[in-house]
Amino acid sequence: MAKIYSNASPKNINLNPKDETISYLLNYSKALSVINYNKLKFEALLN
Amino acid sequence: MKKELIQDAELVSNYINGNENALSILIERHKQKIYSFIYSKVYDRDVTEDVFQDTFIKVIRTLKRGKYNEEGKFLPWVMRIAHNLVIDHFRKNKRMPKFDNTGEFSIFSVLSDSSLNAEKTIIKNQVESDVRRIIEELPEDQKQVLLMRMYQDMSFKEISERTGVSINTALGRMRYALINMRKVIEQNNIILTN
Repeated sequence: MAKIYSNASPKNINLNPKDETISYLLNYSKALSVINYNKLKFEALLN
Repeated sequence: MKKELIQDAELVSNYINGNENALSILIERHKQKIYSFIYSKVYDRDVTEDVFQDTFIKVIRTLKRGKYNEEGKFLPWVMRIAHNLVIDHFRKNKRMPKFDNTGEFSIFSVLSDSSLNAEKTIIKNQVESDVRRIIEELPEDQKQVLLMRMYQDMSFKEISERTGVSINTALGRMRYALINMRKVIEQNNIILTN
Protein backbone atom coordinates (compact mmCIF):
# COMPACT_ATOMS: atom_id res chain seq x y z
CA MET A 1 0.00 0.00 0.00
CA ALA A 2 1.30 3.40 -0.92
CA LYS A 3 1.52 5.77 1.94
CA ILE A 4 -0.40 8.96 1.70
CA TYR A 5 1.70 11.82 2.83
CA SER A 6 -0.70 14.62 2.20
CA ASN A 7 -2.24 16.29 5.19
CA ALA A 8 -5.56 15.02 6.28
CA SER A 9 -8.15 17.67 5.73
CA PRO A 10 -9.54 19.08 8.92
CA LYS A 11 -12.82 17.47 9.69
CA ASN A 12 -15.57 17.80 12.21
CA ILE A 13 -14.57 21.26 13.20
CA ASN A 14 -17.30 23.58 14.08
CA LEU A 15 -17.05 26.23 11.45
CA ASN A 16 -18.99 29.01 13.01
CA PRO A 17 -17.85 32.46 14.00
CA LYS A 18 -17.39 33.22 17.67
CA ASP A 19 -20.34 34.61 19.56
CA GLU A 20 -18.28 37.70 20.36
CA THR A 21 -17.84 38.42 16.66
CA ILE A 22 -21.58 38.20 16.04
CA SER A 23 -22.36 40.35 19.04
CA TYR A 24 -19.74 42.88 17.97
CA LEU A 25 -21.34 43.10 14.53
CA LEU A 26 -24.85 43.53 15.93
CA ASN A 27 -23.64 46.24 18.28
CA TYR A 28 -21.70 47.92 15.50
CA SER A 29 -24.85 47.94 13.40
CA LYS A 30 -26.87 49.47 16.23
CA ALA A 31 -24.24 52.12 16.86
CA LEU A 32 -23.74 53.12 13.24
CA SER A 33 -25.97 55.79 11.91
CA VAL A 34 -25.69 57.37 8.51
CA ILE A 35 -26.63 61.00 8.33
CA ASN A 36 -27.78 62.36 5.00
CA TYR A 37 -26.94 65.94 4.32
CA ASN A 38 -27.82 67.20 0.88
CA LYS A 39 -26.05 64.67 -1.29
CA LEU A 40 -23.43 63.79 1.28
CA LYS A 41 -23.57 60.86 3.62
CA PHE A 42 -21.87 60.97 6.99
CA GLU A 43 -21.29 57.98 9.19
CA ALA A 44 -21.49 58.36 12.91
CA LEU A 45 -20.68 55.70 15.48
CA LEU A 46 -22.74 56.39 18.55
CA ASN A 47 -22.02 54.27 21.54
CA MET B 1 -39.47 27.53 10.76
CA LYS B 2 -41.35 30.74 10.39
CA LYS B 3 -38.11 32.68 10.28
CA GLU B 4 -37.00 30.73 7.23
CA LEU B 5 -40.13 31.79 5.41
CA ILE B 6 -39.07 35.39 5.40
CA GLN B 7 -37.01 35.94 2.28
CA ASP B 8 -33.56 37.49 2.45
CA ALA B 9 -34.75 40.38 0.30
CA GLU B 10 -37.49 41.18 2.78
CA LEU B 11 -35.11 40.99 5.72
CA VAL B 12 -32.68 43.29 3.93
CA SER B 13 -35.40 45.82 3.27
CA ASN B 14 -36.61 45.54 6.89
CA TYR B 15 -33.06 46.14 8.06
CA ILE B 16 -32.66 49.18 5.83
CA ASN B 17 -35.89 50.49 7.34
CA GLY B 18 -34.42 50.23 10.81
CA ASN B 19 -35.22 46.73 12.00
CA GLU B 20 -31.95 45.66 13.64
CA ASN B 21 -33.34 42.22 14.36
CA ALA B 22 -33.46 41.49 10.63
CA LEU B 23 -29.65 41.68 10.50
CA SER B 24 -29.35 39.23 13.32
CA ILE B 25 -31.55 36.75 11.41
CA LEU B 26 -29.52 37.26 8.23
CA ILE B 27 -26.22 36.66 10.00
CA GLU B 28 -27.60 33.65 11.85
CA ARG B 29 -28.92 32.20 8.61
CA HIS B 30 -25.76 32.59 6.54
CA LYS B 31 -22.90 32.69 9.05
CA GLN B 32 -21.88 29.07 8.65
CA LYS B 33 -21.70 29.20 4.85
CA ILE B 34 -19.76 32.45 4.80
CA TYR B 35 -17.43 31.46 7.63
CA SER B 36 -16.69 28.06 6.05
CA PHE B 37 -16.08 29.70 2.69
CA ILE B 38 -13.50 32.06 4.20
CA TYR B 39 -11.89 29.28 6.21
CA SER B 40 -11.59 27.11 3.10
CA LYS B 41 -9.38 29.84 1.61
CA VAL B 42 -7.26 31.01 4.52
CA TYR B 43 -7.07 27.95 6.81
CA ASP B 44 -6.62 30.05 9.90
CA ARG B 45 -9.31 30.56 12.49
CA ASP B 46 -8.15 33.99 13.60
CA VAL B 47 -7.84 35.33 10.07
CA THR B 48 -11.22 33.81 9.24
CA GLU B 49 -12.74 35.58 12.19
CA ASP B 50 -11.23 38.90 11.06
CA VAL B 51 -12.32 38.53 7.46
CA PHE B 52 -15.81 37.45 8.54
CA GLN B 53 -16.11 40.51 10.73
CA ASP B 54 -14.81 42.86 8.04
CA THR B 55 -17.22 41.32 5.54
CA PHE B 56 -20.23 42.11 7.68
CA ILE B 57 -18.95 45.56 8.57
CA LYS B 58 -18.89 46.26 4.85
CA VAL B 59 -22.36 44.75 4.46
CA ILE B 60 -23.74 46.89 7.31
CA ARG B 61 -22.17 50.09 5.98
CA THR B 62 -23.39 49.47 2.45
CA LEU B 63 -26.91 48.69 3.57
CA LYS B 64 -27.08 51.67 5.95
CA ARG B 65 -25.81 54.00 3.25
CA GLY B 66 -28.58 52.76 0.99
CA LYS B 67 -26.14 51.64 -1.67
CA TYR B 68 -27.37 48.08 -1.92
CA ASN B 69 -29.50 47.26 -4.89
CA GLU B 70 -31.50 44.12 -4.84
CA GLU B 71 -30.38 42.94 -8.26
CA GLY B 72 -28.86 39.68 -7.25
CA LYS B 73 -29.28 37.68 -4.15
CA PHE B 74 -28.08 38.66 -0.71
CA LEU B 75 -25.86 35.63 -0.04
CA PRO B 76 -23.90 35.74 -3.34
CA TRP B 77 -23.34 39.44 -2.74
CA VAL B 78 -21.93 38.81 0.75
CA MET B 79 -19.84 35.93 -0.63
CA ARG B 80 -18.38 38.28 -3.23
CA ILE B 81 -17.40 40.77 -0.51
CA ALA B 82 -15.83 37.97 1.55
CA HIS B 83 -13.98 36.72 -1.53
CA ASN B 84 -12.57 40.19 -2.23
CA LEU B 85 -11.48 40.58 1.37
CA VAL B 86 -9.73 37.20 1.27
CA ILE B 87 -7.83 38.40 -1.82
CA ASP B 88 -6.96 41.63 0.01
CA HIS B 89 -5.70 39.56 2.91
CA PHE B 90 -3.35 37.54 0.70
CA ARG B 91 -2.15 40.66 -1.09
CA LYS B 92 -1.36 42.30 2.20
CA ASN B 93 0.45 39.20 3.42
CA LYS B 94 2.52 39.07 0.26
CA ARG B 95 3.71 42.61 0.85
CA MET B 96 4.21 42.02 4.53
CA PRO B 97 4.76 38.29 5.07
CA LYS B 98 3.71 37.05 8.43
CA PHE B 99 6.64 35.45 10.21
CA ASP B 100 5.71 31.96 11.15
CA ASN B 101 7.41 31.48 14.47
CA THR B 102 7.20 27.73 14.59
CA GLY B 103 10.69 26.68 13.57
CA GLU B 104 13.71 26.32 15.81
CA PHE B 105 15.01 29.72 14.91
CA SER B 106 13.16 32.51 16.56
CA ILE B 107 13.42 35.92 14.97
CA PHE B 108 12.76 37.48 18.37
CA SER B 109 16.05 36.16 19.69
CA VAL B 110 17.80 38.40 17.19
CA LEU B 111 15.54 41.42 17.21
CA SER B 112 15.24 43.42 20.34
CA ASP B 113 13.26 46.40 21.34
CA SER B 114 15.65 48.95 22.72
CA SER B 115 12.98 51.34 23.92
CA LEU B 116 12.16 51.12 27.59
CA ASN B 117 8.94 49.54 28.69
CA ALA B 118 6.66 51.11 31.26
CA GLU B 119 8.33 49.41 34.22
CA LYS B 120 11.85 50.34 33.12
CA THR B 121 10.78 53.92 32.47
CA ILE B 122 9.48 54.19 36.03
CA ILE B 123 12.70 52.69 37.41
CA LYS B 124 14.79 55.07 35.30
CA ASN B 125 12.86 58.08 36.60
CA GLN B 126 13.23 56.78 40.15
CA VAL B 127 16.98 56.33 39.77
CA GLU B 128 17.36 59.80 38.27
CA SER B 129 15.40 61.41 41.07
CA ASP B 130 17.47 59.48 43.69
CA VAL B 131 20.68 60.74 42.09
CA ARG B 132 19.37 64.31 42.13
CA ARG B 133 18.51 64.02 45.83
CA ILE B 134 21.98 62.69 46.63
CA ILE B 135 23.56 65.58 44.71
CA GLU B 136 21.49 68.01 46.80
CA GLU B 137 23.20 66.59 49.90
CA LEU B 138 26.69 67.53 48.68
CA PRO B 139 28.57 70.59 49.96
CA GLU B 140 27.86 73.60 47.76
CA ASP B 141 31.33 73.82 46.09
CA GLN B 142 31.35 70.13 45.14
CA LYS B 143 27.74 70.25 43.98
CA GLN B 144 28.51 73.23 41.74
CA VAL B 145 31.42 71.47 40.00
CA LEU B 146 29.50 68.22 39.57
CA LEU B 147 26.44 69.92 38.07
CA MET B 148 28.57 71.90 35.62
CA ARG B 149 30.54 68.82 34.59
CA MET B 150 27.77 66.23 34.36
CA TYR B 151 24.62 68.18 33.55
CA GLN B 152 26.00 71.15 31.65
CA ASP B 153 28.79 69.18 30.00
CA MET B 154 31.40 71.83 30.71
CA SER B 155 35.14 71.11 30.63
CA PHE B 156 37.21 71.48 33.81
CA LYS B 157 38.89 74.49 32.20
CA GLU B 158 35.53 76.19 31.74
CA ILE B 159 34.49 75.21 35.26
CA SER B 160 37.68 76.70 36.74
CA GLU B 161 37.09 79.91 34.80
CA ARG B 162 33.46 80.13 35.87
CA THR B 163 34.07 79.37 39.55
CA GLY B 164 37.33 81.27 39.83
CA VAL B 165 39.38 78.36 41.14
CA SER B 166 42.27 76.45 39.58
CA ILE B 167 41.68 73.43 37.39
CA ASN B 168 43.24 71.22 40.05
CA THR B 169 40.84 72.50 42.67
CA ALA B 170 37.90 71.87 40.35
CA LEU B 171 39.19 68.34 39.70
CA GLY B 172 39.59 67.77 43.42
CA ARG B 173 36.06 68.98 44.15
CA MET B 174 34.72 66.64 41.49
CA ARG B 175 36.65 63.75 43.02
CA TYR B 176 35.33 64.48 46.50
CA ALA B 177 31.81 64.94 45.14
CA LEU B 178 31.93 61.42 43.68
CA ILE B 179 33.50 59.95 46.82
CA ASN B 180 30.82 61.58 48.99
CA MET B 181 28.03 60.42 46.71
CA ARG B 182 29.33 56.83 46.83
CA LYS B 183 29.47 57.09 50.60
CA VAL B 184 25.85 58.23 50.84
CA ILE B 185 24.76 55.49 48.43
CA GLU B 186 26.55 52.80 50.44
CA GLN B 187 25.33 54.07 53.78
CA ASN B 188 21.70 54.16 52.68
CA ASN B 189 21.81 51.00 50.56
CA ILE B 190 20.46 52.88 47.57
CA ILE B 191 20.24 50.81 44.42
CA LEU B 192 20.87 52.82 41.30
CA THR B 193 20.60 50.25 38.55
CA ASN B 194 17.93 49.63 36.02
